[in-house]
Order: sequence, then structure tokens, then C-alpha cells
Amino acid sequence: MNGIFGLDGRTWDIILAIITASIKAFVIVNGLLLAFAYMTLSERKVLGRMQARYGPNRAGPWGILQPIADGIKLAFKEDVTPRQANRWIHLLAPCLALVPALIIFAVIPLGPEMEVFGVPWTWHVARVNVAYLYAAAIASVGVYGIVLAGWASNSKYALLGGLRASAQVISYELAQGLAAMTAIVMAGSLDLYEIVNQQVASGLPYALYLPFGLVAFVVYVIAGVAEANRAPFDLAEAEGELGAGFHTEYSGFKWSMFFMAEYVNMINISALASVLFLGGWWPIPTDAPGVVQALGPVVFLVKIALFMFMFIWLRATLPRLRFDRLMSLGWKVLLPVALVNLIGTATVVALWPLGTWPFAN
Amino acid sequence: MVMLEEERTETGRMVLNMGPQHPSTHGVLRLILELDGENVLDCAPDIGYLHTGIEKMAEARNYHQALVLTDRIDYLAPVTNNLSYILACEKLFGVEGAVPERAQVTRVVMSELTRIASHLIWLGTHALDLGAMTVFMYCWREREQILEIMESISGVRMMTSFMRLGGLPADLPDEFDGMVARFLEDMPRKLDEYEVLLTRNPIFVDRTKGVGFVSRDAALEFGFSGSCLRASGVKFDVRVNLPYSGYETYRFDVPWSREGDVYARYMVRMREMRESLVIIAQGAARLRASRGAPIRLDDPRITFPKREKIHSSMESLIHHFKLVSEGPIPPAGEAYAAVESPRGEQATYIISDGTNMPHRVRFRAPSFYNLQALPQMIAGGLVADVVACIGSIDIVLGEIDR
Repeated sequence: MNGIFGLDGRTWDIILAIITASIKAFVIVNGLLLAFAYMTLSERKVLGRMQARYGPNRAGPWGILQPIADGIKLAFKEDVTPRQANRWIHLLAPCLALVPALIIFAVIPLGPEMEVFGVPWTWHVARVNVAYLYAAAIASVGVYGIVLAGWASNSKYALLGGLRASAQVISYELAQGLAAMTAIVMAGSLDLYEIVNQQVASGLPYALYLPFGLVAFVVYVIAGVAEANRAPFDLAEAEGELGAGFHTEYSGFKWSMFFMAEYVNMINISALASVLFLGGWWPIPTDAPGVVQALGPVVFLVKIALFMFMFIWLRATLPRLRFDRLMSLGWKVLLPVALVNLIGTATVVALWPLGTWPFAN
Repeated sequence: MVMLEEERTETGRMVLNMGPQHPSTHGVLRLILELDGENVLDCAPDIGYLHTGIEKMAEARNYHQALVLTDRIDYLAPVTNNLSYILACEKLFGVEGAVPERAQVTRVVMSELTRIASHLIWLGTHALDLGAMTVFMYCWREREQILEIMESISGVRMMTSFMRLGGLPADLPDEFDGMVARFLEDMPRKLDEYEVLLTRNPIFVDRTKGVGFVSRDAALEFGFSGSCLRASGVKFDVRVNLPYSGYETYRFDVPWSREGDVYARYMVRMREMRESLVIIAQGAARLRASRGAPIRLDDPRITFPKREKIHSSMESLIHHFKLVSEGPIPPAGEAYAAVESPRGEQATYIISDGTNMPHRVRFRAPSFYNLQALPQMIAGGLVADVVACIGSIDIVLGEIDR
């Protein structure tokens, strides 16, 4: 495409890349929000089945219009800002919670890089060589939303919820990061695409690299549940104790932004766990024909769905931890385990070359 | 009493007003908590938000009419309230020994069904406070079975009022045997289900063991009764120690524990439900055997004449009219009757001045005495322990405030 509108080929490539990335970003953000909407429905349905009841079944067949009804209701609900609250931070907090949750997905490789009719095609918005670092950093920004919400509401319940959330997320981020480091050390890269490729090439996801991979996987998932503020680690909300925790003083659309952030965070954590430990689109081989390669995203989404089911299952089964036990679990159990595990992994990786893991296969 | 003063907060402490509208205060209990971070330094319960004046209202009703008020005292266990009121009235009339056997057995079976229904609500809400939401739904499902039995007996699901001076208003329906048999068959399995979800669940044990401790002496000093007292190591049960309605003829164990913490109260109540099933099974067998036996004492002072006689005999019509318009008139005196309600020793104390309305009626509300220990249980704990403790003493605010 030389010389159109007097622009050279390189400029055109950049413009094209920006356009494709924008379209992908648009699709992913809307896809995430749609996934969130139907996640709420499926959560209510699955919880209902687990609790010997039906769940929503009035709006449309099997209640499939329920999320739309909920969305409309929330959008039109009165948005109350308490008089004593800090208006601007009260408004900023839900945005700070939702936006990071949405932009993490930019680096998640949904499927293998492939060629469609000779045109290279990738399933992610951006391939960053420090993708995990980016995801972890952005995820940490998300907690500010919760902390500021708790603070800006000027309510004691919200404050307690915000305090709990900040302490909890900081504690569990360490264990989560160290567990992720295990996978990163195994792959020798922070690039999520590269991490998946290594697993697919070796034929085994890292969770099956016994024993270190499995331990890291379990630690990562437990810490991930805590990161997402989900039961049994939902102390920031703790409806039985704190009313609704950090979002006690939120209503209407601002409240639904927190709600979205929670579910999108769950999707992110599931996606990252799938990438790091379950091999993304594994078991689709690297050298498979294009049609099979195109199934990659499907495999990946199934893995995410399994994690989401696990989140719901945990919520239906377990009581909530107490704050002090949550802290001691994070600092005294998960963190040492992750640390020792990381050292073990590093030793093995140093002694045996990559791809020849002695305990696998 | 913790004061809601601003200077308190300058010491880094926070005064948190929990309730009366709060998901875990089981009604309209208000707690004023003094917090240092997550630690609770002090706690002051504030009651009175559900005051209904039932005791005073009972003074302006005749002895038949006040029965329906008693349902509303402890609204989770109406039958035992009915029973203690009726027993006190029967003592006042001096007919407590003459109530027909079948009526007494029915009263016992209904009391035990109510005990299970009430314990199910306790279990469900206690578990929900701790974050285990599924148990809550399961408990409601089983309670529904009991409410259906109650409905088939009395036509009302909760406020049954299915007791009268000297017996029962009507005999049990035909489907009663089958419904109770089905319930007795289902319930042990369902109890196992709850225990799987909670009893050995490490998080649940962690949240409840060693939390909210009440010593044996403290329990006695606070005037504890019921499961809370037994969980603190005192094996006292009104059904065994001061038997009424023929409880002495049933064989059952009284579960108790020495631990005195939230977990002990949980275990005692869980085992109590199984013991209640044992009692119901024995009672149901007796009811099957005594089908057709009289259900009401024939004492013209308190029981109505038969419906057919009202239509044919002038004296019966007058008798009926007097009993309805004026009510039964007991001799002057006083009577106290205690029953083992799901929450403890629920009792009615009536003073009669020889007229058709009582001079004074007082209901002993076990929740009121059990609630007194809450500040002591909570002090030094965490915010999360507050809801665990409230759940474990199983209070009903309608009963506390009356």
C-alpha cells in the first residue's frame, strides 16, 4: 500500500496496527462486559442449583434476559453520594476499580499467533515482553479503587472494608507473585505468549510439572481467590459483619462498576492462571494446521470457565475466614511455601536445561 | 455503656454502631462496639426496638384470648410459648394433671417439631453470618417440611395457637402420621448433610472454637438456660429436671458439653435436633396407638360444650356464651410454668385476682438472660467474632423485648 494519501508504507503499517488493536480492544472490552453480565446469571443459576433452588428463570427463557434487566435497573437507579463523602474520590474509586480490571486483558494471549489467508493474526491486543509484570502492576492499581471507596464514603463500615481489602490484597499479592515467578522461571520469560508456547511445545502445562509446578499452581489459585475478594476471602464485603463492606455507601451505576470490576477481576485471574499453569491453549500443538489452531481460544475460554465454576463452587461451600486467620494464612503459609517452591524450581531449572524437567512425564 | 463521644475517637479507637438494622444482629438488636482496628474492646447491647407490650396486653384479655399473643413472643418457636402459657393457666385452674394423654403427647410432638424448626433457623442464620450461605438454604428447605406439618395440624404455618385450656382445639389430621414419618425418615440424612458442610470444616471450626467462651460459673450467674447453659457444662434441661406434659415418660439424652464456646453451643444444638427426632418418633408411635382418644378435658369451667349440644340445649348455649363473652374464671392465686423452649427455660407467671382477666402476666424470656453475656463473650475478640457470638446465643428479639 505504497503512496496512498502520500503516506509511506511504514506509516500505513502503524496506522493499520492501531486500527486493528483498537478493534480488538473494543471487542475484548465489550466481550468482558458481556461475559460479566452472563457470569452473574450463571453464578446465580449454579448457586441456585447447589442450594436446591432455581435461580433467575422469569426474564426470558432460562432467565437469559436477567442480566439486561439488572443492568437497566442499575443504570436508572438513583446514584446517592453521602453528604459527608468526598465527592470526587467517591466518583473516582469505582473507575479506579473497573478500568485496571478491563485493561489487564490486553496482554492475555487467547490463542496462538497464526496466519489467516497469508495475513498474520494474533489473539491479543498487545504482545509485551514483560506482560506478566504489566498484569501484576495493573492489578495492584485496582485495589486503590477499593481502598479509596472505603475511605471516601466516610462510613465506618466502608472504612473497615477498605482497610481489610488493602491488607488482604497486599499480603496475597506477594504469594501470588512468587507463585507466578515459578512459571516464569520455568519458561525463562515474562512474556505470557512465550510462557504458553513453552508449555505447548513441551507437551505439558506447568501445573503438571511435579511437584513444584503443582504447588505453585495451588498457591496461585488460592491467592487469586483472595485477590478477587471472593468467598471464602470476601472479607472486604463480609456482608454478615460489615453490611456490604467497602461499597456500603454506593448505589446505582457506581455500585455496578464495583460489581463489574469484581467479576472482570475473576476472569483476569482465571485467564492468568490458565496462561501460567494450564498452558493457555494446550493441548493444541504448535505445528497443528490453521483450522485446529483456530480452536485455541475455545480451549482457553473453557479453562477460564472451569475456574469461574470453581469460584462459584467455593462461594457455595465455604464459610468466611476471620481476618487474623486470613493474614496468618497469607504470611505464614502461602508466602513461605511459594518462596521455598520458587527456590526449588530455580535449582531444578539451573541443573537441568529447559524442557527436560526431571519429574515430569 | 460505651459512650458515643467524639473524644473517644481521638485515641485511635472507633465507636461503631452495629444495628438495629444490620444483617447479622438477628432482628433489631443494636450493639455499640468500641473498636481498635479489628479488635473489639467493649460492647454494649441496646435492646427495646421490638417492644410489643405483650405482657400488658395479656392483662386486658381473658384466659382464652391471650393465647394468640404468646405466639408472637418468640416468633420462631410459637408452640413452646403456647405451651408454657397454657400450662400456667392449667395450674391456675388446678387441672394440670387431668389433661388427656393424647393432648399431652401432641403437645410434646409439636414442641419438638418446633424445636427442630427453630434450631434450623438458628443453624442457617448462624452459618450465613459466618459466610456459609448454602447451609442457610438447606435449613429453610427442611423447615418448610415442619411448617407444612404445622399447617396441616392447625391451618397456620407459624403462629399455630394450637392449644387450649385442658387440651387441644381439634384432633390431628389424618395425614399427620404420614407427614411425620416422612420427616423422621428425611431429617437424619439432612442433618448429616449440614454436618458435612460445617462440623469438620476447618474454616468453620476455626471461626467458632475458643470464641465467645462462657465459663460454667458465669453461665449460672448470668441465668443462662437451654443450649447455652448446657454448652457451658451444666446439664440442666427443664424437660428432664422439671418435667411437664409427660416428658418424663420419653427416653432421650440431654446433649451437653464442657467447652463453653461457640463451637460447643453449635454441637449441643446439632445433637439436640437428633434427640428431638427421637422424642418425635416415640410420640408419633403413641399418637398412632391412641387414635380416637379424647383430646380435651371435660371441665365446664374452661372447656366449651359440644357443638351439637349448643344447637339443642339452652343450658349449653348459655354455657358457651358465658365462656366466650366472659371467659373462664380461675380462682385467685398465682402459677408459674416453665418449658424448655429452643432457647432455654421459657416460662409464664400468672397472678390471678379471681376475675376473668389476669392481674399480671409475665413471660420469662431465655434470650434476655443469654444476651447479657454477649459483652463478656465479645470483649477482646475481633469484629468477625461478634457475629459468631450473636449467632451462637440464638436470640429472638421479639422475646427479649416482649
